[in-house]
Amino acid sequence: MLSVRNLHIRFRTGDGMVHAVNDVSFDVGASQHIALVGESGSGKSQIALAIMGLLAKNAEVDGEILWNGQDLLAASQRDMNRVRAREIGIIFQDPMSSLNPYMTIERQLTEIVEHHQGMSRRDARARALEVMDAVRIPDAKARLRAYPHEFSGGMRQRIVIAMALMCRPELILADEPTTALDVTVQAQIMQLLADVQQDFGTSVVLITHDLGVVAGFCEEVLVLYGGRIMEEAVTTKLFDKPAHPYTRGLLRAVPNIEDPSDALTAIPGSPPSQHRFPQACPFAPRCVDAVDTCHDTLPALQKGRACLRPVEELT
Amino acid sequence: MLNYTLRRLLMVLPTLLILVIFAFYLMRLAPGGPFTSERPLPPAVMANVLERYGMDEPLHVQLWTYVRNIVCCFDFGPSFSQKDRTVNDVIAQGFPVTLTYGFWSAVFVLVLGIPLGIIAALRHNGFWDYTMTGLAIFSQIFPNFVLAPLLVLLFTLSWGLLPGGGWNGGQWQYVVMPAIALGTSYMASVARLTRGSMLEVLNSPYIRTARAKGLPERTIILRHALKPALLPTLTYMGPVFVYMITGSVFVDVFFSTGGIGQDFINGAYSRDYSVLLGLAILYAVLTFALTLMVDLLYAWIDPKVRAGLA
Repeated sequence: MLSVRNLHIRFRTGDGMVHAVNDVSFDVGASQHIALVGESGSGKSQIALAIMGLLAKNAEVDGEILWNGQDLLAASQRDMNRVRAREIGIIFQDPMSSLNPYMTIERQLTEIVEHHQGMSRRDARARALEVMDAVRIPDAKARLRAYPHEFSGGMRQRIVIAMALMCRPELILADEPTTALDVTVQAQIMQLLADVQQDFGTSVVLITHDLGVVAGFCEEVLVLYGGRIMEEAVTTKLFDKPAHPYTRGLLRAVPNIEDPSDALTAIPGSPPSQHRFPQACPFAPRCVDAVDTCHDTLPALQKGRACLRPVEELT
Repeated sequence: MLNYTLRRLLMVLPTLLILVIFAFYLMRLAPGGPFTSERPLPPAVMANVLERYGMDEPLHVQLWTYVRNIVCCFDFGPSFSQKDRTVNDVIAQGFPVTLTYGFWSAVFVLVLGIPLGIIAALRHNGFWDYTMTGLAIFSQIFPNFVLAPLLVLLFTLSWGLLPGGGWNGGQWQYVVMPAIALGTSYMASVARLTRGSMLEVLNSPYIRTARAKGLPERTIILRHALKPALLPTLTYMGPVFVYMITGSVFVDVFFSTGGIGQDFINGAYSRDYSVLLGLAILYAVLTFALTLMVDLLYAWIDPKVRAGLA
């Protein structure tokens, strides 16, 4: 359905080129749920923006993003607009700023189906109510006329999700949908996304830095670091037997509820500079298992990991 | 909202009273008076004149009389410098003139400034953006006392299209050049303001959301971006509009339009206390009305402000 092939994203900036995403490839099938995991600056959000054709103007993109056979990177603005919201929906990170503060919720929801499906205002309103019920916004009818500032953060994120659902797209890109919310609301929103997936058969690409969120939700995980895929695995396998030292580091940094005495281990060092296209494993400078070759060889993604000394080969 | 408007209107009267008291005493502090001249009047004549205008009374009595006449009979008193004219006459003759060319000037400012700003923002860093920004800066620094003669030179002397001055009851030919001369630099400011705020709005996350909805660019601009992008312009235009409809001395003098801009300056030179005070009150009332209007428009556009007013 969605096939990202050798995607490179670079940004021209005041102090040179920034290589945000390097040679990333992955596929998303029908009603499949995959996660893109990585820390800030790993390029995960830029991948979502590239799929939607919403990258900043100073971006340069290479590769292919095939959507049901059509290359979105080569698509015209017109064709792109036909895909947006109608076939691929996106949920942005910050529900506080991603809703238009000057428009009613009703208008922000109805305009989507009025535009894409030529619905009348009346039908569009009915659809909006239906979707607001689906994302469990209480008393939807009375709240249609409200403005974003009259809702709490969690409710706003529900509205953002409702917006993504209006046209029943085949794929939803959820870009850190719970980051701006507090923990109890996070769980509700993730449950909601899981239900949506179940009810509508939508595929979801979940973009997050939180492995805890991934566990119950996605079948497959891509771990990104420095704009490259470090590891690609089925979720259960990734948690049981992480192959890449970076993944292992990430897992150790997640608190263990069964053993609270278990101290959290941070990964030493900080994310790499992205001013040069990587010539070696970008994680090598922070990797405890790195050997000399790690610092001058760029490992290819093989057997689901881009590592010269994967964990299972150590000991 | 209605409540809010009423509360604001209630504030007008006490504020006006304070304004009148201050202005009244401040004017008298300036040296000289309406009847000072190079050749001093004989004391007996002076006493007569002062008595005729009630100026022999103590100041607070004069103030009281002044306020009472306004409240009871809407009478702003006689002009001290123009014989046989009352302040009511001065305003009734001059204000319609400045109101007319000021209004059309404001229309010119908005109708040209806003679209220019939007186009510049949409072509950010492109040819039209640079052209527009360049022109805007140029017309902002281009003083109206250079622009007005230039207009007359072209439209009157070279092409003979428009009369070079006069008013003639406000026929459109007489309004065009005063309106343009008065408005051009404001038009440039509005274009730059609109461009800046439009650029900011277009970079906001909620516009990205609108793009992600696959809406056509036109809808995004008109439905999502225009309202918030106009807020700074709205704030700016409130006081500017007051300034425009109360006229400019320069325009009144250069085009001999006979508006109140001229009366204000003449009044200041000749210490025509009553005309100055009357015009100050007019100015204040208009400022009140326009700021109230801007605030209400703001509330209409921004639901958060509206919620604050309820």
